[in-house]
Amino acid sequence: MSVPLHFQTIAELAPQLASGRLSSIELTQAVIARTKAVEARVRAFNSYDETDAIDQAAASDARRAAGQSRGPLDGIPLGLKDVIAVDGQPLTASSKMLANFVSPYDATVTQKLKDAGAVLWGRLNCDEFAMGSSTENSAFGPTHNPWDLARTPGGSSGGSAAALSAGAAIATLGSDTGGSIRQPAALCSLVGLKPTYGLISRYGLIAYASSLDQIGPFARSTEDAAILLGAIAGHDSRDSTSFQTEIPDYRAELKTRRGPWKLGIPREYFGEGLDPEVGAAVEKAIAFYRAQGCEIREVSLPHTRYCLDTYYIIATAEASSNLARFDGIRYGHRSKDGKDVLDVYQKSRAEGFGDEVKRRIILGTYVLSSGYYDAYYLRAQKVRTLIRQDFLNAYREVDALITPTSPIPAFKLGEKSADPLTMYLCDIYTIGVNLAGLPALSLPCGFTKSGLPIGLQLIGQPFREADLLATAHAYEQAHDWHRRTPNL
Amino acid sequence: MAQSPDLNIDRVAELARLALTPEEKARFSAQLGSVLHHIEELAKVDVTGVEPTAHAFPISNVWANDVARPGLSVERALINAPAQRDHMIVVPKVVE
Repeated sequence: MSVPLHFQTIAELAPQLASGRLSSIELTQAVIARTKAVEARVRAFNSYDETDAIDQAAASDARRAAGQSRGPLDGIPLGLKDVIAVDGQPLTASSKMLANFVSPYDATVTQKLKDAGAVLWGRLNCDEFAMGSSTENSAFGPTHNPWDLARTPGGSSGGSAAALSAGAAIATLGSDTGGSIRQPAALCSLVGLKPTYGLISRYGLIAYASSLDQIGPFARSTEDAAILLGAIAGHDSRDSTSFQTEIPDYRAELKTRRGPWKLGIPREYFGEGLDPEVGAAVEKAIAFYRAQGCEIREVSLPHTRYCLDTYYIIATAEASSNLARFDGIRYGHRSKDGKDVLDVYQKSRAEGFGDEVKRRIILGTYVLSSGYYDAYYLRAQKVRTLIRQDFLNAYREVDALITPTSPIPAFKLGEKSADPLTMYLCDIYTIGVNLAGLPALSLPCGFTKSGLPIGLQLIGQPFREADLLATAHAYEQAHDWHRRTPNL
Repeated sequence: MAQSPDLNIDRVAELARLALTPEEKARFSAQLGSVLHHIEELAKVDVTGVEPTAHAFPISNVWANDVARPGLSVERALINAPAQRDHMIVVPKVVE
């Protein structure tokens, strides 16, 4: 096969591992070698543990030799965003606050991936505490987009996207609070899935905004995304917002569920601010679905213009509460200059948090403070109801929605970091999905003339990831965007 | 960028337990002023009679049996403590 190991999919590698043509050690060594060849330029990793990865690969090979393989993920090197706990490994959230933190336990998704035999490879860079859209808010420096190293891979899960796109992992996990999986997937030409709120346990995920956060996969194909989703989905008593629901065989469903689907085009997602090349690529994808016999119908989500404001009130309010735990006392950075306990809190937080985290804590504290709660937080929660209702109304008419994932392709590092509001506008097509708790994915749908990836967003109905993945799979089968790799 | 007359940065920083420098206070006030200006849009939405959404899917209270389960050992729970002694976290003096 001409595709190098580090650029192959799980679906391609699993049969080679199963037949013994390939060992997990060989595959893991190939991924490690690739990582070392590109990491100085891409900077997707906060840390990695080569010995630990090789040990995991050896254990996988031993299981397989003993006839005890655990399935398609057994022996596959996967990277995790550095907000997901792995027992005994660093867990930094790309923050100085947790620069020396070592996780004493596994997240539920980590445990599930270990149970599936995966080789956990590396701690992937992100915006600090997952707050940002470019990975520039990392205390350890920005990640670079493998398609153009002068540009951002997106964020907040930029390291997860860049590592996979560069061939430094076979698939990765990220987390998505307002678009943090889908936007970097779009900017790096990957499949990125944000599952329905409650489908994946958040136990062991560092909390940013608890009513919006979801863990999800980055993959090179919808089939790989389906394999990963099947491995990590399911109810968990350790996350009280985890949902009791049937988990279908997502991978099998990909091939059995066929359209034609009724697809909705929300007119509010195609207005001002949309890059013409992105718009044209999405229109072509819509034309493809129409040619396949899908009914395409224009729909309206009238409260779309309020999504950004609603999000920045609710997300920052929840963040200010969640991040109160970082006080320098039990774990994390403790200031050496604290005169008394209050001073220790204030200085540890001042020294440990970066600018964007401080800004969001300030905004969140303000919207929750006495006298402003009703005007901001409570009102935002009510508007959230209306935003969610918009989507549910649309689903009376259509099966799924098609939109661009990001209004613009990858922008230059430094281009938007001076003005938070401009950066926030990168998420206008993705945040409504989190507010409504819906599943959505981004898949590659083309490139700009200058060679930058473009992503198509499909938004599905609650807990109907199998339909969503099948809809994306139908497009993917007829296009080869997802097979392209960057020149690094 | 617009300053928000309402955002008393000293007060909010105190509530948030964040020691900010004068430079940070000026910069965050200006940046958040323009964000708050944008957020004012929400005042235009008619929310009469609309219930607030805290979570996208209504989940009623989740109960668990009150039984002991294995947890972290003391040593393991303290691996990230900034200062410790005799299985306890050392903290600044709280009571005079």
